[in-house]
Amino acid sequence: MSTKTKVRKLTGSKAMAEAIDIAMQEDKEVFVMGEDVAKYGGIFGSTTGLHEKYGDERIMDTPISETGFIGAAVGAAGEGMRPIVELMFVDFVGVVLDQIYNHIAKIPYMSGQAVKMPITLITAVGGGYSDAAQHSQCLYATFGHLPGMKVVAPTTPHDLKGMLLAAIRDDNPVVFMFHKTLQGLGWMDQIDASIGEVPDGDYIVPLDKAKVAREGTDVTIVGVQMMTVEALKAAKTLEKEGISCEVIDLRSIKPIDKETILASIGKTHRLLVVDEDYSAYGITSEIAALAAQEALYDLEAPVKTLAVPDVPIPYSRVLEKFVIPDENNIVSAVKKLMDS
Amino acid sequence: MKIDKKDLMWMYEKMKTSRYYEECMEKAYLEGKQPVFNIGAGPVPGEMHLSNGQEPSAAGICVHLTDNDTIAASHRPHHNAIAKGVDLKPMTAEIFGKVTGSGKGKGGHMHLLDLKAKFSCGGIVAAGIPQAVGAALANKKRGTDWVAVAFIGEGAANAGAFHESLNLAALWKLPVIVVVEDNAWGISVAKSASTSVASNDLRGAAYGIPGHLVKDNDPFEMYRVSKLAVDRARKGEGPTIIEIETYRYLGHFQGDPETYRDPEETTGLRAKDPIERLKEHLLDNKLATTKDFETLDKKILKEVDEAYEFAINSDLPKPEDALDDVFC
Repeated sequence: MSTKTKVRKLTGSKAMAEAIDIAMQEDKEVFVMGEDVAKYGGIFGSTTGLHEKYGDERIMDTPISETGFIGAAVGAAGEGMRPIVELMFVDFVGVVLDQIYNHIAKIPYMSGQAVKMPITLITAVGGGYSDAAQHSQCLYATFGHLPGMKVVAPTTPHDLKGMLLAAIRDDNPVVFMFHKTLQGLGWMDQIDASIGEVPDGDYIVPLDKAKVAREGTDVTIVGVQMMTVEALKAAKTLEKEGISCEVIDLRSIKPIDKETILASIGKTHRLLVVDEDYSAYGITSEIAALAAQEALYDLEAPVKTLAVPDVPIPYSRVLEKFVIPDENNIVSAVKKLMDS
Repeated sequence: MKIDKKDLMWMYEKMKTSRYYEECMEKAYLEGKQPVFNIGAGPVPGEMHLSNGQEPSAAGICVHLTDNDTIAASHRPHHNAIAKGVDLKPMTAEIFGKVTGSGKGKGGHMHLLDLKAKFSCGGIVAAGIPQAVGAALANKKRGTDWVAVAFIGEGAANAGAFHESLNLAALWKLPVIVVVEDNAWGISVAKSASTSVASNDLRGAAYGIPGHLVKDNDPFEMYRVSKLAVDRARKGEGPTIIEIETYRYLGHFQGDPETYRDPEETTGLRAKDPIERLKEHLLDNKLATTKDFETLDKKILKEVDEAYEFAINSDLPKPEDALDDVFC
């Protein structure tokens, strides 16, 4: 009899649905609210198959009333339930920002933790498919800026499942951002990174740890989600030219895992930060500041950053390609960094 | 109400133009997306929300409007734009992401604009309603008899913006009309699963304003109640809600697997097609001849084809143009 176990591969969306399934089985206080989460299984597949299993009571389609149902999550959490709410596109946050940043994020603090908000807000981010300015943003830094919420943005199906389970079980509010292109959806661009090994059953991935996605010695590239994917491609290309890149998948926007980043800078002495979000006041500035404050004398060259220049995401493909960093931009930035 | 032949022919022309425009768009959109569908591929990438079947709501009210009246439409805007007289060339070029587009390729299909026709639309559900209220506020402050119309889907009537806007508009007696295009589905969620009342005209009572319900996608009834609403607005008597039960022949977006609805549903709707109904009425009442329609259809096809040719033959923007236009 063979003892070999077949590696089980899932898409990002199925990995998320599996995490929610496990959490709902173990805790009857967990339920899901959102637009098109029931029969449709979530526009980006995060609740695939769950409505059939749990029914209308626990997988609830909502009207297009974000302030209503995300505000309702606050009340339900106050009563001790553990709501998972889906904001279909992160771009829609404008409609409901008050409930998120004035209430979900602040109630635990203002009550001296007498009231907990164990809410998991799942939301789709990212562009690259011409969905224009109101449907293509990442807004990682917008959420990272506001105190009171953990903010994560996993890249791989493995981490999507493990971090989502950790988020649902966490007693703090967690904003869980998943990238549309990494969900493995049939109607989007099919990329290899959207499918990956996902262990069966229960496991968690911590919400506050970055991951060294590739080891290297010459330069550290920090990215998140699609920028990690692009950085890994760039690292392969650069390897052929004799440049060894260490790629860090940030995974957690808040808190930022300083230790992993600083350890890598200590090893490579060069840093490039890449972000699909806007440049100003963003992840790139945050990590550049970290390097300046805590690793200045480890650096052999000034920190480089790549992010969306401060413009809304344009529609036309040629314009959008120009503003979202990709493998080629990363390759040339790394070469410049090596020359400086 | 007897409707002028001229108005009926105008409505036919707009509805037919809109339908043919969408049929062309359906084909253009699929280019580069077969055999494997990829939303980001082809000459028209991104989300595409087509309006086939929803033409009566647009034509039935726009027939009462002029260039001075403002429209704020939704993510499904083509029929509204066409009925309002938006220039098809820059509109189509925008959808193809070309530099000759109404937003130089920066906006796309959900972000069309025509300043002359006073038309705009957007991708955030219900966001256009308060904006129409604002246009109506400006009209009132300036003492004009111009009106503003917000087109929304029935799903948007459950957003806070709908209720806040109608209260404001009623409170300030503004010349604004909210047209709710009830196509029965908010993506996959049926109206009955999203809305606490049977129809949104009933919600007029909450704001002390009239609400009209147009059943079964009826272009004649849409014409009639729209006239009441527009006249009321022009006279300074305040806002109106109109809900029309319309048809969504296609998915929420192109590529929507539509697993949530019975495919037979659209077959039934198509059998009652409003454009055919309007045409039959005109023929049966001897208001127009087959020859008249042949001539008109030829003109419509030409106008739409020319818009597509213009779009296809236009240049793409230069990549670095992405950095322009953030500030004036």
